[in-house]
Amino acid sequence: MEAYFDNSATTRCSDSVVALMQRVLLADYGNPSSLHMKGVVAEKYMKTATEQIARTLKVEGKEIIFTSGGTESNNLALIGVALANQRAGKHIITTSIEHASVYNPLIFLEEQGFEVTYLPVDEKGVISLEALKEAVREDTILVSLMHVNNEIGTIEPVEEAAKLIREKNPRTLIHVDAIQSFGKLRIYPKRMGIDLLSVSGHKIHGPKGVGFLYVKDKTKIKPIIHGGGQQKNMRSGTENVAGIAGLGEAVEELYRDFDEKIDRLYELREYLVAGMKQLEGTTINGAEGRDAAPHIVSVSFSGIRAEVLLHALEERGIYVSTGSACSSNHPAISGTLKAIGVKPELLDSTVRFSLSVESTREEADYVLEQLAELLPMLRRFRRH
Amino acid sequence: MNYQAFLIKYGEIAVKGKNRHIFEDTLLSQLQNAVRRVEGEFHVSKENGRMYVEALSDYDFDELIGALTKVFGVVGICPMVRLEDEGFEVLAAAIVSYVDEAYPDKNFTFKVNGRRARKNYPMTSMELAAAIGEKILEAFPEVRVDVHKPQVCINVEIRNHINVYSTEIPGPGGMPVGTAGKAMLLLSGGIDSPVAGYMIAKRGVRLEATYFHAPPYTSERAKQKVIDLAKIVARYSGPIKLNIVNFTEIQLYIYEKCPHDQLTIIMRRYMMMIAEHFAKASGCLGLITGESIGQVASQTMPSLAVTNEVCTLPVYRPLIGFDKQEIVDISYKIDAYETSILPFEDCCTIFVAKHPVTKPNLKSIKKSEMHLQEKIDEMMQTAIDTTEVIYVEP
Repeated sequence: MEAYFDNSATTRCSDSVVALMQRVLLADYGNPSSLHMKGVVAEKYMKTATEQIARTLKVEGKEIIFTSGGTESNNLALIGVALANQRAGKHIITTSIEHASVYNPLIFLEEQGFEVTYLPVDEKGVISLEALKEAVREDTILVSLMHVNNEIGTIEPVEEAAKLIREKNPRTLIHVDAIQSFGKLRIYPKRMGIDLLSVSGHKIHGPKGVGFLYVKDKTKIKPIIHGGGQQKNMRSGTENVAGIAGLGEAVEELYRDFDEKIDRLYELREYLVAGMKQLEGTTINGAEGRDAAPHIVSVSFSGIRAEVLLHALEERGIYVSTGSACSSNHPAISGTLKAIGVKPELLDSTVRFSLSVESTREEADYVLEQLAELLPMLRRFRRH
Repeated sequence: MNYQAFLIKYGEIAVKGKNRHIFEDTLLSQLQNAVRRVEGEFHVSKENGRMYVEALSDYDFDELIGALTKVFGVVGICPMVRLEDEGFEVLAAAIVSYVDEAYPDKNFTFKVNGRRARKNYPMTSMELAAAIGEKILEAFPEVRVDVHKPQVCINVEIRNHINVYSTEIPGPGGMPVGTAGKAMLLLSGGIDSPVAGYMIAKRGVRLEATYFHAPPYTSERAKQKVIDLAKIVARYSGPIKLNIVNFTEIQLYIYEKCPHDQLTIIMRRYMMMIAEHFAKASGCLGLITGESIGQVASQTMPSLAVTNEVCTLPVYRPLIGFDKQEIVDISYKIDAYETSILPFEDCCTIFVAKHPVTKPNLKSIKKSEMHLQEKIDEMMQTAIDTTEVIYVEP
């Protein structure tokens, strides 16, 4: 049996997405900027995708900018807003559990003379609204918050945060990194007071190499990629038409019976969490129930090295991550786990299981069964 | 400058007496192997005790030199300009323009070396050298002649063509691979073992390799890293047959049955035994390891003695007297370093004790190994039977 429980790293592309992309790549391969029919057809795909996405967020199509994925969306949001608003102030606020694609652009901005405040989180990984309110200043131009943490699945109170920020400084812009939450939680930027929202395609059964940034109309932002002036000059470069069409299709598909899907996902998560708690020497990290995202379960296994467990599971067809998959290439200890106060001896013992709407209870049973068998075996052999 | 041919200089093998032709033939075929991987068409030939690589089509200079400088036995590579014999005046003019192009800064001393393989040429070697020298002096008054210690030596060879060359790119030296038999390299994912393989291959030895992996304790990426390292060494040594042994069962068995501080040393003894098994099966004349005295607990002299004791084949340890930095330098030179330092755990470190024995006693090690009697033979056999073999091409 195979159980792919690494859906926060990436997901399988859905069949209908691949079919559509194939049609675009093979038949409707025109450049949207071309004046002839092929160009018009290509442009239509973009328009359809834009509408599909805008509808789910209840925003305008013109507020969607397509990018190469989550990293570029975050870079554009942070650097683009910072550059366009630096006269109003040079202060930015974020949290201490952000993904590297937020963290590193901010380090770049610090080098350019911006000042960044990093908010601490509690043991569930939630920011303190008090501290946030405290941190907002007259010269705060941007607050960037993660919606769902990629390592432990905690949901941040972005709506309340937005309200508080507005009260203190109505000019401060609010960016939300929704790469792990889009398609898992309902998101309505306008109602929630969000000015910019980053989304990635391959986390929601779309293709890799495509994503978008929602930018509220009239938000002051500068492009970071310059060239032929595509997408109203906000993101030059010939559009990734097939990827964008695929992304639109993935969104469309996901939002069909959305609430049922998410309820089922929560059920499966609860089932997996309950099963994990039955196993000896396990600790579930982060929030529980509806305070957590429906697809991420972070578990620490005492006395076991996460990487060894990962490879042992892999031998049995089970795919998971240690910490966050994006950082697996350089096995540095996870920043989030440290920030939520995971005991030092458990930092290297933490595995992330991440589900998708395609995951099944049979797969969860299989994972739990294999863990029950593996854990005692792996605990017998350890480094002294 | 457009070089149509290369003179290949080889040093050591020229003095091998009656076996000389074996060495030369091997070098010739290694040069042929090397140019086969370069885009373009080339002809490799041997005449009158010299070897030439001739370009028959367009080619990329750096790519060709990159390939030739990895052929052991080559001491130097001289890029040559090839001219037709169209009389002395034409020749002299061509050489003058060659000098102009090759040495934009004319502030140097030189001499001309004439060499006449075709004896019906109207001038003697000495006359030719003097006449060409004169033409160069006429064209560039700044240059000076120094026949004893010239900075530039311009060689003019009269054969069917006329070859002109004055620069030499150093080769790797050593002996052509295939002139000294075959040996089994114990290849880990570290810095040392690829360098050890390189150094033994440099003495003309063909390589085979054995790697021990221990899933789930070591990852698929660690294995891929070893294959990549074998590929890097193979650029010099030629194709390597790589045996990938699953060592997990044996390792865990030792872990359970033997004192923990002896784990590494006992493990290494079994690795040597398995490597030697494959070595003998494929006609290797020795084992190669990257050990260097005192580098880690398992490489102290007492540890080496205990590890060595299980082998009947000689164990070659080319790095035995090297400091780490010296090894790193070679690793850099052969382009293995960046791959070697990728952070994947190898099977020697996963269960390593905090304080492994540094002065193991053979008797006590053997006593510990008695605890393994029940299953170890069977496990060794299984490890050997389930070994995966990969042929690694450069």
